[in-house]
Amino acid sequence: MSYPHAFTPCRRRLSFEEISTQGPLSISYIALPPSLPHHFEAGRKMSSRRSRISEEEINELVSKLQSLLPEARRRGSGRASASKLLKETCNYIRKLNREVDDLSNRLSALMATMDSDSAEADIIRSLLRS
Amino acid sequence: MESKSSTTGNRDNPNRNLHGSKTMMASHFLRALFRIQQTSTSSSSAGRSRRIRRAAYASMAYSAGTRRAWSRALLRKLRSRARLRFPRRLSRAATPQRRDMDQAQVLRKLVPGGPSMDDCKLLEETADYIRFLTTQVRLMQTVMDSISS
Repeated sequence: MSYPHAFTPCRRRLSFEEISTQGPLSISYIALPPSLPHHFEAGRKMSSRRSRISEEEINELVSKLQSLLPEARRRGSGRASASKLLKETCNYIRKLNREVDDLSNRLSALMATMDSDSAEADIIRSLLRS
Repeated sequence: MESKSSTTGNRDNPNRNLHGSKTMMASHFLRALFRIQQTSTSSSSAGRSRRIRRAAYASMAYSAGTRRAWSRALLRKLRSRARLRFPRRLSRAATPQRRDMDQAQVLRKLVPGGPSMDDCKLLEETADYIRFLTTQVRLMQTVMDSISS
């Protein structure tokens, strides 16, 4: 079968519609852009492709990602869109970058007042603690 | 620097994966902090702060090793001595419809090495990146607390 356009598995874009958050995460369906030759329906694997990305893998990845985010909300309806999840992820990463910056500034300020002896003590203490 | 964590159990035991990395991260970061403290008695606080920030990302990348695309990209960026910059601004100009479609793109800009990943790899790398980032933040907070006490 020849495809209308050059289909490179590494560059494929998915756009998933809904992610259910009730119980084990499962994607109800995944809508692929119409330019792709296969019509991906829930529960079916892509066939005849070297890199198969099954629904279970995506579920696993999405649930893993969702479990890492700070759980700010558990909606009664239980449905969260993938775009919401991605947006939350982006915000969370930005927030972490900001925290790194902030902590760097504060550490820098603190280090100005430190002498080398307390630096060594701090290092030993922190190593013992972590 | 090789990571001590097992590579076979990557997906099944992410926490075990992280444990050996945590120790490496801590020792790398603390050693870097010590070096910075020794060599920057006269430099500005902002310069020191930049070096600390750089050390933070370096510790993350070294402890993750080369088995992750994000850590490889980060190591590349650090070695090229380029200015370490991460996109932080939110773009509010986009309409809601457009934002939905571009979220994966936005995420790609935030995760090191993002632009060359497909969506699934992006999710996987993002999860790992977030784990290491949170560990680094917690480490820095611990160091802060132990200095201030």
